[in-house]
Amino acid sequence: MSVPAGTRAAAPAPAGSARTAQAGSGPARTVLPPVLLGALAILLWQGFVTVLAIKPFILPGPVTIGEQFVTNLQNVVNGMVVTGRNALIGLVLGAIVGVLLAILSALVRIFDEMSAPVVAAFAVVPIVALAPVLYTMFGANAETARQLVAALAVFVPVYFNTLKGLRMVRPVHRDLMRAYAASSWQATKTVTLPTAVPFVFTGLRIASSLAVISALIAEYFGGPVGGLGKSITSAASSSNYGLAWAYVLGSIILGLLFYSAALGLEKVVSRRAPTA
Amino acid sequence: MTTAALPVQHAVEVTEVSRVFAGRKGASVTALDAVSLTVAPGEFVSLIGPSGCGKSTLLRLIADLDTPTNGSIEVFGKTASQARIDQDYGIAFQQAGLLPWRTVTGNIELPLELHGAGKAARRERAAELIELVGLTDFAGHYPDQLSGGMQQRVAIARSLAESPSLLLMDEPFGALDEMTRERMQNELVRICAETSAAVVFVTHSIPEAVFLSNRVVVMSPRPGRIRDVLGVNLGRMSDRGENLREEAEFFHSVSRVRELLHGAAPTGARGVESR
Repeated sequence: MSVPAGTRAAAPAPAGSARTAQAGSGPARTVLPPVLLGALAILLWQGFVTVLAIKPFILPGPVTIGEQFVTNLQNVVNGMVVTGRNALIGLVLGAIVGVLLAILSALVRIFDEMSAPVVAAFAVVPIVALAPVLYTMFGANAETARQLVAALAVFVPVYFNTLKGLRMVRPVHRDLMRAYAASSWQATKTVTLPTAVPFVFTGLRIASSLAVISALIAEYFGGPVGGLGKSITSAASSSNYGLAWAYVLGSIILGLLFYSAALGLEKVVSRRAPTA
Repeated sequence: MTTAALPVQHAVEVTEVSRVFAGRKGASVTALDAVSLTVAPGEFVSLIGPSGCGKSTLLRLIADLDTPTNGSIEVFGKTASQARIDQDYGIAFQQAGLLPWRTVTGNIELPLELHGAGKAARRERAAELIELVGLTDFAGHYPDQLSGGMQQRVAIARSLAESPSLLLMDEPFGALDEMTRERMQNELVRICAETSAAVVFVTHSIPEAVFLSNRVVVMSPRPGRIRDVLGVNLGRMSDRGENLREEAEFFHSVSRVRELLHGAAPTGARGVESR
């Protein structure tokens, strides 16, 4: 598994677009079509599985998965808590390190020049593949390795987006700060940091789903049981395909939770984002 | 209004200033070539000329946002750099350059805040300035909720925050439509009469330069030089109003500036944009 394409620095979501979309059509019209499409897809899926009598180890139907999900709800939720906790710790850790190092890179030119190739190397390393090495480093009974894998995956997009944001100060604002004879700390506080904040949150949004994916995949390489990744593999190896898919469903929900939280934060923060 | 400690205290004194920008492959561009200019306290001077004549460069040099290659610049008898550090001027750019995460009040308070004014004093001064530029109903709005003209008024209020005796304005109305622009000019004339600050005003527009100024400095490009300086006799700032635009003397001055700009006889004395 390599690092997804979303790692590259992306611009913050345009401030006004969400508001205008809602104002134009109303929530019912934005929500209804995807829900209908989803329902239709599930119906087709079930029909396909039933009519063609497809074996459950190839593809179980949504009804089977739903049943397994409901009967094993407690196990799925437990798995989500374990994996979600690892992802969250990784997200926070990676974000803090990413933001701090980006600030350092923006302030100290030589550090930027030194770290650029290293960070670029990080970006192309299949970070999850480090999991077996980290398990031997921190012991196979600890969750540390998984949290570190998530943190590493998070670090890259947060670092790049923050650094980009710190460099987005508009020339007119820079002139203004000079005209006011503002100290460099004053300029950083009044202009540079507020300009960068929406970019940090864009980085966090990209990183949020990466954190879940990385923490989950890292479980495939060893470590303690209980998380979603381990549960998927063990259910599949005991031929309980419906249950394996129920855990997959749990993973999807967990990923969506992380993503929505980060997206919501980003929206709130970039309401007053500088445009153009 | 001036602190006339010295017999001749100019607001701005530019002496033989050149600015050469190093281009690629050793090529260099002479943006300004041996330019000299003085601005008296309380005087309104416009710099006008085609693109590339160095008018913005000259303004940036006075503001100490850039340093001259040759020559010297004094602002109220100090070096440009000292004047900047002492905050002797207020500045407004073509882009309003407001901080989008601050309200109108917050933006106007910015310079006061940076220079350590107390919270109550800041509030009071900001309220005063907001009234001066006629935005009382918008004090709590954010820049993205304002029109371009309103944003520019906030920027002008901000430049006046510390009651500077010199205002530097780089095409502050350049991005506005003609009607807003004329209204802003009327307001600027009023504000200047009230504050009696000296103004250096960069513009592309001949009628704008004539309407606002005591003197119009006509510049020519490549290399940037002062072609001529034209005195405008349109009376004192406080007497200038909307009907001035209809007067014969106004048209006369407009056509003289145009003549100087194009270096040829005027084709017509109409008060239109030459952009």
